[in-house]
Amino acid sequence: MNNISAPLLQVENLCTRFHIPEGTVYAVNGISFTIKEGETLAVVGESGCGKSVTMLSILGLIPLPPGEIVTGKAIFRDKDLIKLSESEFEHLRGDEVAMVFQDPMTSLNPVLTIGKQITETLRTHLGLSQEAADQKAVELLERVGIPEAASRLGNYPHQFSGGMRQRVMIAMALSCNPSLLIADEPTTALDVTIQAQIVELVLHLREQLHMTIIWITHDLGVVAGLADRVIVMYAGFIVEEALVDDLYENPRHPYTLALLGALPRVDRRRDHRLNSIPGAPPNLLVEPQGCPFAPRCTYVIDKCWQENPALIPIAPEHKMACWVDTTTTSNGS
Amino acid sequence: MADAEVLTTKIPRLSQDEIESPPLTLSQLTWRRFRRHKMAMFGGVVLILLFLYSAVGSIILPESYANFTDTTLRLQSPTSAHPFGTDAVGRDILARTIYGGQISLLIGLTAVIIETVAGVLIGALAGYYGGWLDAILMRITEAMLNIPEIFLLIVMAKEFGGKIPSVNFFGREFSGSVIVIVMIIGLTSWMYLARIVRAEFLSLKENDFVLAARSTGTSNSGIIFKHILPNSMAPIIVSATLGVANAILAEAYISFLGLGVQPPTATWGNMLDGANSYLESAPWLWFFPGMLILLTVLSINFLGDGLRDALDPHSRAV
Repeated sequence: MNNISAPLLQVENLCTRFHIPEGTVYAVNGISFTIKEGETLAVVGESGCGKSVTMLSILGLIPLPPGEIVTGKAIFRDKDLIKLSESEFEHLRGDEVAMVFQDPMTSLNPVLTIGKQITETLRTHLGLSQEAADQKAVELLERVGIPEAASRLGNYPHQFSGGMRQRVMIAMALSCNPSLLIADEPTTALDVTIQAQIVELVLHLREQLHMTIIWITHDLGVVAGLADRVIVMYAGFIVEEALVDDLYENPRHPYTLALLGALPRVDRRRDHRLNSIPGAPPNLLVEPQGCPFAPRCTYVIDKCWQENPALIPIAPEHKMACWVDTTTTSNGS
Repeated sequence: MADAEVLTTKIPRLSQDEIESPPLTLSQLTWRRFRRHKMAMFGGVVLILLFLYSAVGSIILPESYANFTDTTLRLQSPTSAHPFGTDAVGRDILARTIYGGQISLLIGLTAVIIETVAGVLIGALAGYYGGWLDAILMRITEAMLNIPEIFLLIVMAKEFGGKIPSVNFFGREFSGSVIVIVMIIGLTSWMYLARIVRAEFLSLKENDFVLAARSTGTSNSGIIFKHILPNSMAPIIVSATLGVANAILAEAYISFLGLGVQPPTATWGNMLDGANSYLESAPWLWFFPGMLILLTVLSINFLGDGLRDALDPHSRAV
């Protein structure tokens, strides 16, 4: 956190919708955030709250149509990514910004060898010859901890385990030394021990390569050990944004409180049921009115139903969107 | 103690070889499954023999001999000098089936190359891009499918036949009608393949690995040809194999109608042309070319069947 400088990516009022036969999906509703060079930003929230759509919008990977980016800017090093043409994106993706996906079992092409998939990126962006690219691929695989990398270039994805495939995905993402790595729930599909290994690996690589990372997850446990700053999203809105320690010590938004309350704890009695947030995330087909969390909120007041609170600073480096001050109000339930 | 020993010895152990051997590659797996398909193996062997028949035969018997007419020897039944007999103008049928086989197989293979290129391109573009491009390409495909193929073949053969001069290729002269027939068959048979490829692309493009490839900056053409196409190779290979059989049959029936490849260039199809006048009096006229067509088409169909099973990603049998 010491060498954090200018913003690398600045997203402003991003608004993404999908027009489907059933109506319009309000996936991302005007969110703004910045990430500074060298920082690790975690984006947390339930499934379907717009985390992935936000990142895909920034990278121009939203299918248009049915998708539509209604408003918004995403300034990455003086370039507005939202306005980039497809060919400019092809240069950017994989080179300056790379992405790691959730499910390593399906993110690798089953009929191409690992070597072919890694070298493809190297050859497109760095213009290497096949031999040079092969050599670089071996280095990359060794860097992500794949033993006997040289002999594994000719292997197919089905010859790798899930954890190793995710390592391969990370190696591919790192192949051109991107300045920004977007990791979209990279540990969700893996079991706990492999999860820990992957997190460890990314921490190690971050130190080596001075990368900026956006880490999407719904696992707050992973966030604690990894992120500098956290964004909590709900129904396409950012509801709270804080430094990681601040968020754990001093959570303010009712949704954040509920998420933290739902974390399983080792020190809790074993016959105690896990806490959950009652209800389900809102139907995104309905244009949001009022606070989207109101139906599930235990602090809800009348105003919540009429007007959606804006994200406002409540302390240095801490923003929240809620009408209620949860520190002074008692829990309604 | 003794019981424990009995128990442990009963557990089947992997031999050292099985433990050490690296996992099989996709092509090894495919070959293993294909090998167990007896009819397909049979078809493959027969096809190789048929290729050898027309290749080796042409070394022994010169082409001029196949086209040599001797009306004093017309309609001779099989003898030791002419093992398959002679035709209505006294040409040796054995030699003509050899050269006819070359042309028939050549037409089958090249027509399928045209069919596959056209079908894959149209299907891939329609399936990958979707939208208006898909709508236009699929309406054209449906329009082509709505015209009876035999009608299309005859009209096109009549229209273009005889307009292309003979060409020299590999030191041999081919009647221009061969090229016309190849083009006609190729361009009237791509529709089913285009639909298969489109369907494959529609489902494959939704895969995570396509998104992952895009996120590393792969261009659309890279995704179509390097990522999605290799995944849909299985149905394309099967369809192309069966396409060879259909192309040989198509050539046979337009040549039989006298609109296909023009004599003196022999094909199995145009050898049948005229044989219908001698169905009973000279059965060797139609028997040998007919049997060769039957054998080829049957073998290719068995081969295609075996490939379909061997390449099926859902069959996990090893």
